Amino acid sequence: MRKGKIKIDENRCKGCKLCIPECKVDEIRMSTKSNKYGYNIVEFRAANRCNACTLCAIVCPEAAIEVFELLEDDK
Amino acid sequence: MKEKVLYKRPVALSEKPFSYCPGCTHSTIHKLIAEIVDELGIREKTIGVAPVGCAVFAYDFWNFDVTEAAHGRAPVVATAIKRIMPEKVVFSYQGDGDLASIGMAEIIHTANRGENLTVIFINNTNYGMTGGQMAPTTLAKQVTTTSPLGRDVKTSGYPIRMSELLLPLQGVKYIERVKATDAISIIRTKKAIKKAFMNQITHVGFSFIEVLSNCPTNWKKDPVESNKWVDETMAEFFQIGKIKDIQ
Repeated sequence: MRKGKIKIDENRCKGCKLCIPECKVDEIRMSTKSNKYGYNIVEFRAANRCNACTLCAIVCPEAAIEVFELLEDDK
Repeated sequence: MKEKVLYKRPVALSEKPFSYCPGCTHSTIHKLIAEIVDELGIREKTIGVAPVGCAVFAYDFWNFDVTEAAHGRAPVVATAIKRIMPEKVVFSYQGDGDLASIGMAEIIHTANRGENLTVIFINNTNYGMTGGQMAPTTLAKQVTTTSPLGRDVKTSGYPIRMSELLLPLQGVKYIERVKATDAISIIRTKKAIKKAFMNQITHVGFSFIEVLSNCPTNWKKDPVESNKWVDETMAEFFQIGKIKDIQ
């Protein structure tokens, strides 16, 4: 299966939680952190389940999520 | 391990964070327009016309030319820009208070003249910026700050379906009503907006995209719940789908 990871721009996230139900592998959750604007933000669990499907990034209204596919070195 | 970027922030979006509430559909549609402008490679020749309403600061968020119009007058400002510079890609971006209320005359006549423009219409059934007052698109019995007992159709009339209203006008070539509540509907919305831009580039004519939008703050719901309300209640009255498509 494809492996991936996401990078969340913490100061863009407004904690709207729209990305959480979109993630079918339960890799995104609310964190206990707040950003510089005072929004409680989401975090990437990094539990090695992300398959880089990009659905979280598609629904993120703030364009705060970047998605990367992890490639083996020989590819 | 090497990394391949599958999704990144579009170049046509500026660095400035959106001023919209968390989860607002305005942000999603701004992002989609930026993605489309990047994909079509038209950033140097795109001119947007922003409305009065929540999206009044749209010029801050896009990395292409955007001008501001008086309340409701975005389609006629866009007409002027397009007629003077027909090689530019011109679109107006308007909310329901702007387009369906004070701007009703402008949108109807612009559509009827069949100007080669793209109009993006954000319908969230209220005046979001000023505190959630009743708009022409407010659903029957919907509670707003100026209809605290729910919209009474006997005194306030029925909600206006703008897409259907423009349907019989001969100048209109493409109308589609979309929503942006989950990944699938956002992908469909992007396709519709891209087609509307392509229609302009290939000189097909006037295209109108109505996006059913949420308004979490004024509906007093969280973003997930407000999107559910769009799916279940709003989309029942404002039917999603292609309404007109003439090539």
